[in-house]
Amino acid sequence: MWAFIHKLGSPKWFYAISARLQPWFWAAAALLLLVGSVWGLAFAPADYQQGNSFRIIYVHVPAAFLAQSIFVSMALAGLVFMVWKIKVADMAAAMMAPLGAAMTFIALFSGAVWGVPTWGTWWMWDARLTSMLILLFLYFGVIALRGAFASRDSASRAASVLAMVGVINIPIIKYSVDWWYTLHQPATFTVTSRPTMPVEMWLPLLIMVLGFYSFFIALTLMRTRSEILRRESTKRWVRDLAAEER
Amino acid sequence: MAGTETPMTDTEAAMALHREPHGGLVVALRATLKRDLLLLLRRRSEVLNPLVFFALVITLFPIGISPDPELLATIAPGLLWVAALLAALLSLDTLFRGDYDDGSLEQLLLTPQPLAALGLAKVAVHWLLTGLPLALMAPVLGIMLSLPAGSYGVLALSLALGTASLSLIGAIGAALTVGLARGGVLLSLLVLPLYIPVLIFGAGAVQAAILGDGVAAHLAILGALLAVTLMFAPWAIAASLRISING
Amino acid sequence: MAFATFSEFLAMGGHGPYVWASWAVTAALLGGIVLHARSERRHLLRHLQRRARRERRLAGGQATVSHQRGGHNDDT
Repeated sequence: MWAFIHKLGSPKWFYAISARLQPWFWAAAALLLLVGSVWGLAFAPADYQQGNSFRIIYVHVPAAFLAQSIFVSMALAGLVFMVWKIKVADMAAAMMAPLGAAMTFIALFSGAVWGVPTWGTWWMWDARLTSMLILLFLYFGVIALRGAFASRDSASRAASVLAMVGVINIPIIKYSVDWWYTLHQPATFTVTSRPTMPVEMWLPLLIMVLGFYSFFIALTLMRTRSEILRRESTKRWVRDLAAEER
Repeated sequence: MAGTETPMTDTEAAMALHREPHGGLVVALRATLKRDLLLLLRRRSEVLNPLVFFALVITLFPIGISPDPELLATIAPGLLWVAALLAALLSLDTLFRGDYDDGSLEQLLLTPQPLAALGLAKVAVHWLLTGLPLALMAPVLGIMLSLPAGSYGVLALSLALGTASLSLIGAIGAALTVGLARGGVLLSLLVLPLYIPVLIFGAGAVQAAILGDGVAAHLAILGALLAVTLMFAPWAIAASLRISING
Repeated sequence: MAFATFSEFLAMGGHGPYVWASWAVTAALLGGIVLHARSERRHLLRHLQRRARRERRLAGGQATVSHQRGGHNDDT
């Protein structure tokens, strides 16, 4: 087990194993996203209250899920890096942050657009949107902190600490924002939480969520491989490898 | 050693040399507290500036919005809290800066005492000289914003409790950015999102006091937030200081 | 199928602009991210190859020396 983890921690080994895993995740992502999109856009029944505008849920919810999961995985990668000094974990964390920010942006944008037909306004200080906005700022903080250091090792460790501090705070922020919202806006119509959603509606949603997750894994593998090439460019095996691949 | 005592063996003597003085941590903590308090009290402007800033920001709002007492009263809890939060944020940059520049932070890292505890002592001084004065000053500014009666005590208490959490959380950001030449704006970017829960419950407490609801729940949650930050922040501060200093 | 005709599908019951704007932005961002990742990788590989070629050229006659200059081989 430990031998396996340390092997996985070696960039060379990770580079080789991820090459084999990557195509599967790309294929899964493409398939799931295609099926989920067609199903969600064309075949799922319209919502009895919101009509067809509810089809935004198929991009809003997966993006929101992923935005939170990416922050958690980033913090976990930071922990692994800090505890076991596994460089690959930090490379992955560095590559996750921009994707997480992009997902948060998608969730915010689709949430705001969804607000027009449901609330009649582009922005509402709704609990979900507000905590997403704060999450976006947290991502910006991690990205900015990593960019601010001249030494790569300090940048990695500082970003790891900040990601861990952030991940402890995310549930606290989420609950306090929920509490704040219920205090100020009692009994408003919430968009996504409904008691019963028929199978024809949530099954495509599930497929989209899985598709987004596969996309995340595939992209992180791919970009971590690039980052390995960048950071380990002086290593012998990277030079040999660059000569072979095109 | 005095000649009357039994002569020590070489190993005993060596151990005595390396042994910490009795109550090492307590001595170190007291020394840190005393030194930081003294330093800050000598540089009085650093203590006064956040307070002046607080008063200035509060002055801007009636000018920018309207002098109407009723309108001001409704937004006063939030205004006071946000302004106090920004004032506390403003003072963070100097928290470790002076010690970083003159190298005493490096000495702090080399002491045998846990860095987390020493960091906590520094944060305690910071709170004592910014958070607490801000909390004591807030009721005066509350009068100027025609804050409804009955909420002044809660305002001061919630600020005193809340700014302790703010100082702790902010110290993490300050420790992370102390090694950077221009860390000021970055510091606020890192720290402000983490301040939001404290702001929500702090302003909520004052709001509840105005409405006549129970404030115990809010203050209890503020206390809980402080307990959680007390548990985690010192370790994060220590780790961040190590990162900033060891390069 | 929730829609009878294609134009109904595009109109989304009057909510077309909102639905399509959300989906378009999502698709554009995801596509852009993939394209960026691909070009990043291609650039890196090209850069590495160019450098390898340059070093080989610089080494010239002393081929034996250039082989030793691979950096140390520890991987973690």
